[in-house]
Amino acid sequence: MLAEALFFSAVLFTIGVFGVLIRRNAIIVFMCVELMLNAVNLTFVAFAQAYGVAGQVFVFFVMTVAAAEAAVGLAIIIALFRHRQTVNLSNINLLKG
Amino acid sequence: MLPLLQAAATAAPHPMSGTVAQWLWLVPVFPLLGFLINGFFSISTVFHKGPKDPSASHGDDHAAGHASGHGDTGGGHGDDHHDVARHKLAGLTSIVGPGVLLLSFLLTAAIFFAMRAAGGGSMTQPFVQRLFSWMPVGDMTIDASFQLDQLSMMMTLVVTGVGTLIHLFSVGYMQDDPGYPRYFAYLNLFVFFMLLLVLGGNYPILFIGWEGVGLCSYLLIGFWFSEKANADAGKKAFIVNRIGDFGFLVAMFLIFANLGSLDFGAVKEAAPGLGFGTPVVTAICLFLFLGCAGKSAQIPLYVWLPDAMAGPTPVSALIHAATMVTAGVYLIARSNFLFAMAPVAQIVVVVIGALTAIFAASIGLKQWDIKKVLAYSTVSQLGYMFVGVGSGAYVAGVFHLVTHAFFKALLFLGSGSVIFAMHRAYHHTGNHDDAQDMRNMGGLKEYMPMTFYLMWAATLAIAGIPPLAGFFSKDEILGALFQRAHEGSTIASAHLFGIPGSLWLYFAWVLGLAAALMTATYMTRMMIYTFHGPNRTGAEERKHLAEAPMTMTGPLVILGILTVVGGWLNIPEFARFLGPVGGLDHWLHPVVGEATEQVIAGTHEMSPGLEYGLVGLAVLIAVAGIALAWTRLKPEALVPKSQSPQEEGFERVLLDKYYVDELYDAAVVSPVVGVSRGLLWRGVDNGLIDSLGVKGSTYLAKFVGWIGSQFQSGRLGTYAWVLAVGVLAVLGAVSVR
Repeated sequence: MLAEALFFSAVLFTIGVFGVLIRRNAIIVFMCVELMLNAVNLTFVAFAQAYGVAGQVFVFFVMTVAAAEAAVGLAIIIALFRHRQTVNLSNINLLKG
Repeated sequence: MLPLLQAAATAAPHPMSGTVAQWLWLVPVFPLLGFLINGFFSISTVFHKGPKDPSASHGDDHAAGHASGHGDTGGGHGDDHHDVARHKLAGLTSIVGPGVLLLSFLLTAAIFFAMRAAGGGSMTQPFVQRLFSWMPVGDMTIDASFQLDQLSMMMTLVVTGVGTLIHLFSVGYMQDDPGYPRYFAYLNLFVFFMLLLVLGGNYPILFIGWEGVGLCSYLLIGFWFSEKANADAGKKAFIVNRIGDFGFLVAMFLIFANLGSLDFGAVKEAAPGLGFGTPVVTAICLFLFLGCAGKSAQIPLYVWLPDAMAGPTPVSALIHAATMVTAGVYLIARSNFLFAMAPVAQIVVVVIGALTAIFAASIGLKQWDIKKVLAYSTVSQLGYMFVGVGSGAYVAGVFHLVTHAFFKALLFLGSGSVIFAMHRAYHHTGNHDDAQDMRNMGGLKEYMPMTFYLMWAATLAIAGIPPLAGFFSKDEILGALFQRAHEGSTIASAHLFGIPGSLWLYFAWVLGLAAALMTATYMTRMMIYTFHGPNRTGAEERKHLAEAPMTMTGPLVILGILTVVGGWLNIPEFARFLGPVGGLDHWLHPVVGEATEQVIAGTHEMSPGLEYGLVGLAVLIAVAGIALAWTRLKPEALVPKSQSPQEEGFERVLLDKYYVDELYDAAVVSPVVGVSRGLLWRGVDNGLIDSLGVKGSTYLAKFVGWIGSQFQSGRLGTYAWVLAVGVLAVLGAVSVR
């Protein structure tokens, strides 16, 4: 059971990483970050079966942080869109040296 | 070495310890105090607003109408004609300035009598006073110590004695100068350093004094620094002296490297270990002599001394005639044990001294500025002193140093008195002619008889007329030279450039005789043009010509007496009816006797006939020189400077001092300035340091920053990739471990 859960979570995490790396749409990148968080959550829950309830407590924390992050992140994206009329990340490169 | 000496000292106390000599350190401290007090007077603006402030109180009604200097009339610099405005603290300064010198002199005299009581000329060990350990570094221990022996005793007496007289003279001469306290501060400081020089117990202390007097010389030459020529003369003196000081330093390094000490006593003890005539001891002596040539104005470094006349005339008398410029002679006399072992160096000293004597004397023949005549005369007489100490006749050289201090101080102060009178006359009529040019003087004997007679006494003394001071000392030098040349002295048997030393010495002897002839001639010329013949100052100015006040003539009289009797310090055998024979010989014997005997070991006493012949020849030459000037020069034909025609031919060459200054300018100064400007400034400073060093480093920092900035592309994707790869790399590294 644990092995399947870990395998599934690894697949989810990898999909998230590649999404962040490859996609250019800020919304999609943002969703992929959430995917990675949830993959980690799955791992915590799976390990909680074997090692105690602490893992499940951690999941609650991650979900809280993720909710806050989603609020802030979406707000930034909306502000960005209002400003630049686009959410394509390759067009947003103001912070270069 | 040092602890040993100290142990010896404690074992048998010096005959002078416990006497007044324990206050020896106070002798230089008095002038130092004077410097501090006068310096405070000078810098405190409470009493005086500034050097150019004419509103400061002055006793002279004419002063306000005469604010500008006199240097704009051409004819070179060095005219003692300046602002008239008496300093508010002039009265106090007049007490402090000469007062500290008098205290110093009285203490010196007391120590002198204590020394006589302790044995005088038979006291073999010097009295050494160690104040504290100054530089204990590794093997080198340098104490702040004073050494009192017969030589330094005599020098201290001359410095404080003649110094006191010149300080007194300055009271009259400088009292209306706005920089009066500053003048006395410098003069006091000079005496302090000069005493350090002659009393120092080791070479480094001597060197401090040596540098200090150079500094004061610079400050006083440029005393009226608002005229550029004066400031330039000061700089010239300072820079030329640096060349000599380099030699002195190298000599000190060599002495320490080879003998392991710089204490006079220890060096003297260890010196024979160097070996007679070895390259090391010759090098030490030659480098020492380079230092002497700078300080004492010998060829090729004499050029600064004539320019040094830009300072006030009493300064010329004290520093540039009587004391500081004789420091080189003192140094050689002090290092006699080294020079006695280096006959080749002795030949060099003698020949350079003789060449300087005749070269400067010939220039003195055609100068018009009264102080320039005396300046070249000083250079020439210093040449004689070096002939003396160079040929191992240390007593004769030092003897001439003393007598020269008397009569040359008198001549300079006399010329100061003349210039002072000329000035005052010009001042009353608003005349702006050159007050130092002899063509503007003439017939002054009627107006200032006292100065006239005293200066004639000094002129006869320097010319070598018996029984005045200069006769004895100059004759002793030339006689000693002749003796060493024609018999088996160590110098005569040495070789320089393959030519035997005796030939060199004969050559120097002939030059010395010729220079004696010129000395008599140019001095008589100066006297004739200044005091004899018709007066050329102008009808209105003539009414204001008068003798100087008592503070100025008083020191002149004392110096006049010394000029007459100074030669009796060391009476030669043939004049034994004057008093005890060889007083100075006996007095200085513990210091220089051994070295002198080493030099003349192979010689015999001169036969009386030969000695009388030499003396007769010297007197004959002096009389001939005076007669030559007296018969050939016509003061009646002279016209004031402004109407004088240009000299032509060789006279012009002499007036322009053989163009040595121009030669040095072309050969040394211009190349140095050129290299400094072209290579060092434009090339090294602008090209290398500024472009490559300063600007180059900013370019480098900028370039590195630019490379770093290229990683910050602003592309989120790139950052994410870098982050991911980084995480993988870290994970990989951790899991492999």
